[in-house]
Amino acid sequence: MTAFLVVLVIILFGISVWQMSRIFQLAQGKTSIHSEIASDKDNNTNGYLMMGFLAFMYILAILSFWLWGDVLLPDSGSEHGSKIDNLMLISMIIIFLVGILTQWLLHYFAFIYRGNKTKRATFYADNDKLEFIWTIIPVIVLAGLIIYGLFTWTDIMNVDKDDDPLIVELYAQQFNWKARYGGNDNTLGEANVRLIEGVNQLGVDPADPNGQDDKIVTELHLPVGRKVLFKMRSQDVLHSAYMPHFRAQMNCVPGMITQFAFTPTVTTAEMRQNDKIVDKVARINEIRREKSVALTAAGDEALEPYEFDYILLCNKICGISHYNMQMKIIVESEEDYKTWLAEQPTVGEQLSNETK
Amino acid sequence: MSAHAQVHGVEDHHDDHGHHHKETFITKYIFSQDHKMISKQYLITGLFMGVIGILMSLLFRLQLAWPDHKFTIFEIFLGKWGTDGVMDPSIYLALVTIHGTIMVFFVLTAGLSGTFSNLLIPLQIGARDMASGFLNMVSYWLFFLSSIVMLFSLFVEAGPASAGWTIYPPLSALPQAIPGSGAGMTLWLSSIAIFIASSLLGSLNYIVTVINLRTKGMSMTRLPLTIWAFFVTAIIGVVSFPVLFSAALMLIMDRSFGTSFFLSDIYIAGEVLHHQGGSPVLFEHLFWFLGHPEVYIVILPAMGIVSEVMATNSRKPIFGYRAMVASILAIAFLSTIVWGHHMFISGMNPFLGSVFTFTTLLIAIPSAVKAFNWITTLWKGNLQMNTAMLFSIAFVSTFITGGLTGIILGDSALDINVHDTYFVVAHFHLVMGISALYGLLAGVYHWFPKMFQGRMMSKKLGYIHFWVTSIGAYGIFFPMHFVGMAGLPRRYYSNTAFPYFDDLADINVVMTIFAIITIAVQVVFLYNFFHSIFYGKIGPKNPWNATTLEWTAEVKHIHGNWDGPIPHVYRWAYDYSKLNKDETDYVIPGQDFIPQNVPLQDNEDELDH
Repeated sequence: MTAFLVVLVIILFGISVWQMSRIFQLAQGKTSIHSEIASDKDNNTNGYLMMGFLAFMYILAILSFWLWGDVLLPDSGSEHGSKIDNLMLISMIIIFLVGILTQWLLHYFAFIYRGNKTKRATFYADNDKLEFIWTIIPVIVLAGLIIYGLFTWTDIMNVDKDDDPLIVELYAQQFNWKARYGGNDNTLGEANVRLIEGVNQLGVDPADPNGQDDKIVTELHLPVGRKVLFKMRSQDVLHSAYMPHFRAQMNCVPGMITQFAFTPTVTTAEMRQNDKIVDKVARINEIRREKSVALTAAGDEALEPYEFDYILLCNKICGISHYNMQMKIIVESEEDYKTWLAEQPTVGEQLSNETK
Repeated sequence: MSAHAQVHGVEDHHDDHGHHHKETFITKYIFSQDHKMISKQYLITGLFMGVIGILMSLLFRLQLAWPDHKFTIFEIFLGKWGTDGVMDPSIYLALVTIHGTIMVFFVLTAGLSGTFSNLLIPLQIGARDMASGFLNMVSYWLFFLSSIVMLFSLFVEAGPASAGWTIYPPLSALPQAIPGSGAGMTLWLSSIAIFIASSLLGSLNYIVTVINLRTKGMSMTRLPLTIWAFFVTAIIGVVSFPVLFSAALMLIMDRSFGTSFFLSDIYIAGEVLHHQGGSPVLFEHLFWFLGHPEVYIVILPAMGIVSEVMATNSRKPIFGYRAMVASILAIAFLSTIVWGHHMFISGMNPFLGSVFTFTTLLIAIPSAVKAFNWITTLWKGNLQMNTAMLFSIAFVSTFITGGLTGIILGDSALDINVHDTYFVVAHFHLVMGISALYGLLAGVYHWFPKMFQGRMMSKKLGYIHFWVTSIGAYGIFFPMHFVGMAGLPRRYYSNTAFPYFDDLADINVVMTIFAIITIAVQVVFLYNFFHSIFYGKIGPKNPWNATTLEWTAEVKHIHGNWDGPIPHVYRWAYDYSKLNKDETDYVIPGQDFIPQNVPLQDNEDELDH
């Protein structure tokens, strides 16, 4: 695939250069004006090339969708995500319509009004009616987008405490993530970096009774269908908790607690059955198999086959291993989640184990 | 002509610029106070920095496309950070950081605005020089010094600054967090502080010159759009750059003097730091209070240049002159109240996010007006496809494409999922990087004869440069949107740690191939540029048949620009293809333009523009 694309790009580029040089050769003619100022021939050639460029842009767009349309994120795994996707779709349609139209006008005018000696330009300096039209149309369209966007935004960012969300702390440090569950009381104990000591890596206050039943894990499990309120902390530099499949992101800022809430709606098992994901995983494993052949030939270990999992990435530059700061997220049924959580030790247990 | 200029008397020049003094090599070429020479100094320094910035992007594009491959070129350029041809992750971050810094500040701010404000403000408003030639010279040399400091930082032991060009603390404040935040970051901050001083001196000079030194008849509404753009750019610079200076100063204090403006509750490298009570979000506010206007500081001069070049080569007035001026002012005003759209998910109050979404999408309105006015300027024109014109048309194209995706990023709800992904990188490279570079290149091709005493750049090389660049630019940045929408964060040294992104390898290879081609063709431009300085064909005095005053000035550079008295202005800058009262011919028979210094003719109507 890569080789095919490389060859395709090189061939297309070669053709365009060849065509251009041919057109320029044909354009060689006698000029009465200074040789470095565009002649009628130049205007003509470049006018046609403008149309060619318009075609190039349209083809590039179509080709990109055809080749890479399937790398885009699959359907959202969270409740609010479908609203974002919907707004995204509407914005994209508007963008493409406006883009196609204005690019066509721009390049078509550049082509059709290419100059020559006999032509006379029209002295046309202003028109208030036109200015009004193309002020008011963007105003109306943008007003619609702004209103839709603001409702969606407010909806996502305002967390209703009555929903009884599951409280989970996301804790960022160079270069890994930890999660802390509130335990049976669903309340996080107070924590501060000044209390970090020994196994108490998150600085949970041992004196705070709320903290005793907290559970700290390195793999995030979420019950499907229940709202989760993430409380984010960072112990060193800025990080950003990015969960693309849930359309969720929030920065983790040392010195303050930030938050983001969403309701996962698709379990990991269900997402693995999603058509787009099935195709994508098959494609990725094909790529990995090809790479493994080369690796084993060189005496290295082969790559493991890939299986889909939700991921939490760091999306704010945080240091040398920024590119490999991740945590696995598993969305599962309420029962599975409870079983898993019951197996995890509490902070109280961990601390008392240490003192023993 | 020049000999004449050297000896002729003081009586023609009522303003004293000391141009009748004998010049030495040093006063003429190095510590020159002449705006034309300073403009060339800015341009060549800017181009030099541009070459470095773009070559850095070549290095990291190679790494992104072929993360497993070993490149000898890495070892050659990166030394200990490219041992055995493998790029070190920390130098990758340094490369993207310095690439961003150099391109935004040194190329597109100083190289673009510095060059053309200096060249065109005095020449187009009919002034003999800047209000203060001395401050102008100091401004350039501070810029030069800041460039030297920035380049010097590439050679420090622990590596140059590598916290991203936005240098968010605590990463930029703590050497424990990343090696580049040691001496490299100190030099980065010093360089930018000097740069800000340079920029402020320059901007104040531009503002005073435009307000005070316009020739007789040159009212504000007769100014070419270039001057409007430079003038407003300078105002934005004066308003916003000091805020970045304050942010840099506080960061220096946090780094070196133990204050806690931006730092709080930090546990790093096994110990708790004493810092308490600061907020990194405060830094983000201060940074983006400059950072966002900065993108308009970059793009407005390009817009001005494009408006001017497009009108001249369309042989038509710019459409909607007053609307163009109004939209420049609207953009400038709005640019100072939209910074929060870089911070939707920074942890600031979501209500602020709503406010900034509102103001941000408002800024699309004047931008749309400008785009439509440029398109209408082409309508029924007699388009002269000079290289500058081609770059101007391409500017409108990339500005539209990149601007439209801004509607997504400016919408706080949509920003959640594309924030800090490659979607953002694609967006801003098209709308401000490539567009502003096109503006710069259009300006260079158009005013080259004015800069280099009548010599012209090669048309054919210009065409080759243009077409390959414009194809390549879209080839790099259009596919990049897909990478972003696939969820890949920016500033990742490699995405091999995530098998989920394995299928993005193809796109990365395509982008890098386009990047290599595009970068390679810039050699054609550089050759054309430097070759034409010495061997370019001498063109006519007014090669593009433009109306503005700079083409009435002497071709040979002299102090004071005009050999005789300063021309007076009787009309606006866009009387192209204006017909006489009977509509039988142009106002001046056989000539489709009327220079600004030609008085109103009997056979023409006076129009109110």
